[in-house]
Amino acid sequence: MITVDSWLQAALADAERRGLPELKPLLETLARTTVSLREADELLRALEAEPRPDDGATP
Amino acid sequence: MTAPELRSVAAVAPLIRARELSPVDLVTSCLARIKAGSRTNAFITVTADRALEEARKAADDIAAGGYLGPLHGIPVSVKDLVDVAGTPTTSGSRVPPGLPSRDAPVVRRLREAGAVIIGKTNLHEFAFGTTSDETAFGPVRHPQDPSKSPGGSSGGSAAAVLEGMCFGSVGTDTGGSIRIPAAACGIVGLKPAFGEISTEGVVPLSTSLDHVGPLARTVADAALLYQAMKGSPVYGIAPAGGRLVFGIPRPYFFDRLEAAARSAAERVIGRLRESGYRVLDAAIDHAEWTPEVYLHIVLPEASCYHARRLTECPDKYSPSIRLRLEMGRYILAEDYIRALRLRDALGRAVDRALDDCDALLLPSLPIPAPPVGATTVDVDGLQAPVRATMLRQTQLFNLTGHPAIALPAGSGPEGLPRGVQLVGHRRRTERLLEIAAAVEAII
Repeated sequence: MITVDSWLQAALADAERRGLPELKPLLETLARTTVSLREADELLRALEAEPRPDDGATP
Repeated sequence: MTAPELRSVAAVAPLIRARELSPVDLVTSCLARIKAGSRTNAFITVTADRALEEARKAADDIAAGGYLGPLHGIPVSVKDLVDVAGTPTTSGSRVPPGLPSRDAPVVRRLREAGAVIIGKTNLHEFAFGTTSDETAFGPVRHPQDPSKSPGGSSGGSAAAVLEGMCFGSVGTDTGGSIRIPAAACGIVGLKPAFGEISTEGVVPLSTSLDHVGPLARTVADAALLYQAMKGSPVYGIAPAGGRLVFGIPRPYFFDRLEAAARSAAERVIGRLRESGYRVLDAAIDHAEWTPEVYLHIVLPEASCYHARRLTECPDKYSPSIRLRLEMGRYILAEDYIRALRLRDALGRAVDRALDDCDALLLPSLPIPAPPVGATTVDVDGLQAPVRATMLRQTQLFNLTGHPAIALPAGSGPEGLPRGVQLVGHRRRTERLLEIAAAVEAII
């Protein structure tokens, strides 16, 4: 998985290369929301992996 | 007698049918109000000649016994993101507009129901904002206070309806762009269930979140417009009877509200109880995920649509719109897919919250209409970004596709409107309208 930090470094460099330095603070904000998104996704996966109350109740 | 242009469709339709009121007079009075209210900057294009011609034809057809129904001869405006044959679709931008030769299906259906299209309304550029002050045609101003925004992105539509420049308007809603301006202006705004009304001929913002719907002065009028826009028979609705049950999702949706927005919602909840309805707590699991999930869907979908023109004519975009579209180009496909998975989970959470009730009720906007050009606002003593704050109550239901409607619920100490939002069961928009009519009657 591409880490958010490595993604951000690549994105910042690309914005600079494209002459869009004003994009950098937005990308840094986006990186923070991507961290939150991935944490939510991990939590959802963990919740989905938990056995449901009726698991194993019937053959 | 109240001037005809300031009354509801439901009130004027019988007069038109009985030929006691001419569609020509109705259109003429709306055109006069558009001229008188030009400081609001609600319209980009006014199709006066064509509207008068259509009104004359409507009058002739009705006289000949060809009455089409409650929208026959009724002046309606269209957000300038939606194609109307023969007028440019500017999207509120300096980016070269589309020049459609055909009406979008939603417009064609309104015409088939007899509505008269009076013009195209101003909006937040490409519907990518909540304040309607980033537009190539100058900011839309709130009819009650020109220093304030009417909300957005369908800000011109809401201002036009509030000012009596038309009886209803076609809006679009990707994160709240019908319900937010409706709430800021004290009118009714309906986001139908996802996919119910065609988005063909509508400039997309985010194809999996875009909805088309009406703004109107009353729930009954919104229902008439909704039925026509959907292509259904236009017969209206009756308020829901029986002992309705309302769920109140307090976690998240009541966490960050300015005092008068909170008071307005609590006042409505109190009126529901006094009227014999049941009120339950109905938390939506993980609602706090909403902003991140929304952002990781709306940005890449918007960037995808604009990719070619971002390269060909980047300077035609307003700088902040361009930057946000550019931002979307950097989102990884894997994060977009994560957001889609989380969206499904949020949809199931809203379904669970609705399990034991007929509708959810929550504030539609955490703040009153903000100042034109503001980037931050005070929310209960804390400074917060305007856009994120205004989207907070509405965007979840774009992700999940549940029908939702904003209703006016009085005003705050400065005289600006506050409102509540009702959210209905999946694909039950008409039932939601019936419930909303019952709530409207007791507010």
